[in-house]
Amino acid sequence: MFNLQSWTSAIHAWMLGMMPEWAAILIECVVVALLIITLYAVFAIVLIYMERKVCAFFQCRLGPNRVGKWGLLQVFSDVFKMLQKEIINMRKSDMFLHDLAPFLVVTASMLTFACLPWNKGGHIIDFNVGLFFMVAVSSIGVVGILLAGLGSNSKYPMIGSMRAGAQLISYEISIGITMLTVVALSGTMQISEIVQQQADNGWNIVRGHVPAVIAFLIYLIAGNAECNRGPFDLPEGESELTAGYHTEYSGMHFGFFYLAEYLNLFIAAGIATTLFLGGWAPLHIAGLDGFNGVMDAIPGAVWFIGKTFFVIFLLMWERWTFPRLRIDHILSLEWKYLMPISLLNLLLMALVVVFGLGINV
Amino acid sequence: MKLKRPKIKSIPYEEFNDNETYEKLVKELNENGVNVIVKKLDDLFDWGRSNSLWPLTFATSCCGIEFMAVCAARYDIARFGFEVTRNSPRQADVILVNGTITNKMAPVLKRLYDQMADPKYVVAIGGCAIAGGPFTKSYHVVKGVDKIIPVDVYVPGCPPRPESFLYGMMQLQRIVKAENFFGTTNRKEKDPQTLSESLESIKEVVEKQQEA
Amino acid sequence: MEEKKDLQTPEVAETKKAAAAPAETPAAPEAQAKPAAAKPAVTKPAPKPELPGENEIKPRLVEPEALHDEMLRLRDEEKMDFLELITGVDWGEEGLGCVYNLWSTATGKREYVKTVTPDRENPFIPTVSDLWTIAEVYEREVLDFYGIKFLGHKDMRRIFLREDWVGYPFRKDDKPEEQNPLKMENEVLSDTTVEYNRDAEGNITETEHVVFAPEDYMVNIGPQHPSTHGVLHFRVALEGERIKKIDPKLGYIHRGIEKLNESYTYPQTLALTDRMDYLGAMQSRHALCMTIEKAANIEVSDRVQVVRTIMDELQRIDSHILFFSCLCQDMGATTAFLYGFRDREKVLDIFEETCGGRLIINYNMIGGLAADIHPNFQKRVKEFIPYMRKNIKEYYDIFINNVIARNRLIGVGNLTLEQVVSGGCTGPSGRASGWHNDVRKRQPYAAYDRVDFKEIVRTEGDSYARLLCRMDEIEQSLCIIEQLIDNIPEGPFQTKTKPIIKVPAGKYYSCVEGSRGEFGVYLESTGDKSPYRLHYRSTGLPLVWIMDAACRGELIADMMAINGTLDYVVPDIDR
Repeated sequence: MFNLQSWTSAIHAWMLGMMPEWAAILIECVVVALLIITLYAVFAIVLIYMERKVCAFFQCRLGPNRVGKWGLLQVFSDVFKMLQKEIINMRKSDMFLHDLAPFLVVTASMLTFACLPWNKGGHIIDFNVGLFFMVAVSSIGVVGILLAGLGSNSKYPMIGSMRAGAQLISYEISIGITMLTVVALSGTMQISEIVQQQADNGWNIVRGHVPAVIAFLIYLIAGNAECNRGPFDLPEGESELTAGYHTEYSGMHFGFFYLAEYLNLFIAAGIATTLFLGGWAPLHIAGLDGFNGVMDAIPGAVWFIGKTFFVIFLLMWERWTFPRLRIDHILSLEWKYLMPISLLNLLLMALVVVFGLGINV
Repeated sequence: MKLKRPKIKSIPYEEFNDNETYEKLVKELNENGVNVIVKKLDDLFDWGRSNSLWPLTFATSCCGIEFMAVCAARYDIARFGFEVTRNSPRQADVILVNGTITNKMAPVLKRLYDQMADPKYVVAIGGCAIAGGPFTKSYHVVKGVDKIIPVDVYVPGCPPRPESFLYGMMQLQRIVKAENFFGTTNRKEKDPQTLSESLESIKEVVEKQQEA
Repeated sequence: MEEKKDLQTPEVAETKKAAAAPAETPAAPEAQAKPAAAKPAVTKPAPKPELPGENEIKPRLVEPEALHDEMLRLRDEEKMDFLELITGVDWGEEGLGCVYNLWSTATGKREYVKTVTPDRENPFIPTVSDLWTIAEVYEREVLDFYGIKFLGHKDMRRIFLREDWVGYPFRKDDKPEEQNPLKMENEVLSDTTVEYNRDAEGNITETEHVVFAPEDYMVNIGPQHPSTHGVLHFRVALEGERIKKIDPKLGYIHRGIEKLNESYTYPQTLALTDRMDYLGAMQSRHALCMTIEKAANIEVSDRVQVVRTIMDELQRIDSHILFFSCLCQDMGATTAFLYGFRDREKVLDIFEETCGGRLIINYNMIGGLAADIHPNFQKRVKEFIPYMRKNIKEYYDIFINNVIARNRLIGVGNLTLEQVVSGGCTGPSGRASGWHNDVRKRQPYAAYDRVDFKEIVRTEGDSYARLLCRMDEIEQSLCIIEQLIDNIPEGPFQTKTKPIIKVPAGKYYSCVEGSRGEFGVYLESTGDKSPYRLHYRSTGLPLVWIMDAACRGELIADMMAINGTLDYVVPDIDR
């Protein structure tokens, strides 16, 4: 098992030998920040490519295949184009809010992105209320979307952002409760601790059996809704609202929304992996020591990313199959079904924990 | 200076029609010559732009249905990376004028074109968009969209077959690949909202209000 | 109801044959004599029996003052519940006027009424928009093109042309191009309308009505919008996300086809029908050819009738698949959209092989077809039928039976039978509300009297019923094709016609069942080589007009589902 903890502390110690502590920490912070931003961009590119290919295969098409081998460079060309596309300022919009919105959205998703446990010892933000922090920062995105609608001074974005506001705030509740279910099972809010437990005692989805599976399913639905992705893509609701809250954005401002959409998908899948599918913990089957040994040889980061992409594939499958819901259906789905079920489920999980009914692999 | 010959995958340069016009255009664009480094950067951006021409979903009549067929499974415009059709003109790179433009539609089309962000391109698809097509004698049809907005590529047909759509898009790719971003200007038209102009317009509004 | 129809069918067929029989005698010798001489007019001007066309109509003249009462009587006493068409005509010296086509759903009887006003400066005719809602839009169309103002009509704004348009382009003395140069400034849309009335002394009074009050939250859907299926403009007043009112603005693709036709010879007019309803290209061209053939007594061979029927049904399948695809696209199910297009390409392949075109087909000609069917035609069609039957199940799996789709469509956009009949919504959209209006059954033409098929009628009247109606119609169309494909009779694919086709003076009307409703052609001829007035009954216009009734009180997202299921084609509306 790779443990990044030893590497990071070794690097830290080496840097302390050359400079005072504040300088070392400053440099580390900058390096880590650059690392996150790079990773963020890389994953966005991978995801966009994956989405275009996956949807093409669902739709009996080929997808991008002319730019680079198998169309691998397609997204790069999109990025180059987007970077130098004109950013339009509208005469009657609220300039400040309008320009601020995409940055808020991206900031929110970057902060959440930084909470993901990449590997053992490979956390960037990790403290005792990590999950709480994650939920808190992820909801800054809503503000960005609302401002986008408000600042554009246009009616489609306005309706789109109002929808988004109603939808995101509602689904945050389900997400919060399903997270609490896991917290009840693990007894901690620290993300590294949750994953470590799963590495030691088996994945949460197995440990918590029935309530954990229910929570996982609810999380997948709610998480998909949080990302504003089909079938919950009403804020963008292409057919009625042209492009929803980002109708008036062009160039890189729109690019930020585009990036954030895909990264939110990654984050939602990443959190699902962390909470239910064991994060970076390798697949272990009790009794098969040889198999377990082989699994251990695969680095944790590979496990984490692999599982996350599996969940992403599930979400893409859903997106490219279902038609779009309507706003009242979305809200009644949340308030009439998902929230009560997840509350009951939390109770069930509490009983499972209290009576020690969980499975320890 | 030797003219740059952009490569379009699997189609040799000689197989394109009307290479003379194209070469003339390239010559015009490179008249003053450009710096080597700048040109390299330009090539990079042109590569990006030409492979990521997101069309605006704009269809007035028959050609629109053929455009849908181009996007669909058999012809699959996604192979070129053009499948990201944007409904908002702000995010689109190319407007495909699919179908007849009538007198009533003309200001709307102009407005859509103005709403698009630079760099933007126009492809006139079908006889109607090129010259009025079978309706050229009508009292309510614009005889060619080039009377309203600058057109980069014309795709004839009524409606053009999907293959000609793709060919037209590849011709547009060639044009984009010859353009300079740093060397010349990014805009084909004057900026509709320079600072001084917007100040003037504000002044006018204020004066009007004061008069009232 | 059903039984009655079945009884009617053979009768109609017989009378039709009887009418066609005498026509053979004058047509045949001419056809033989013609090919030898290039100028037959010189050699053989003699026999001109001028039999009346079997579709000739003789409208009854009603004075404008008595029009409203007469129409009321016709509607209530004679049960003329369906106002098919109002055609504005400029009769020159005689004045401006309208021809009203009425059709009784109950008795199957047709009635034609004509009214004329000699005043060209300020023509006024009383409205019938209070009797049939569809008259609202037909009368606005007449106002737009002929300048006839309708007394008592609540909304006398232009509908197709710009509000600042000068003149009335369809009048014979109008010069629209000189008075109306291309204007590049945006059109200013008024929020008020005018109603004209005649008071007791006979003076015209004007009343103003408000369409949108300043406090209404108004959203523009269109002219450029992904789900209006073309360039259509809905001004929508919203209350939250609920729709309070819809005001459709048409004419963004008005190309003046009817005006153009007046300067074209008959074969030339054919070129433009394909470009109106491009998803019903075969059928609309069939209608025009049929009108001219019947009017000019041109005999068409049996082979042509059968091939035309098969082509019409293939076109209907094509159109309904596209309908399904576009509906899915509007509702966010992109994958289903591509499934539809995958199958549509198969139909287009068949078209392409025989006709050479994919979308604009140009296949029907006056007196026959442009070309005989391709040797592969029958094989291809026979391969296609089982293929389509198999794939239509996929449509049900991926979209129609999907719980989200059902929730979004069932009970949304309800239209009652009264609304549909009064609004003239023919085709599957009307049949979903329980209106038996299939022209193929009620007035069989071509080869429809010899095939066995069901008229799909549902009673729910919601969007889901409209969707299912069309899906079942694909099934029925396959059934019709199956019956005919092995029985294509031998014969010429084109009857020899005169080099210059002239239609005897008179008024003619014929209709076919298009992909989305009854497509009719009103032809008025003065015996010249080009029509005096050629007016099409647009299949989509009533459907757009019913949008307001169907959408009120629904959410804005439902509007997409409703206009998706109503399925109109905009160039057909604007013409």
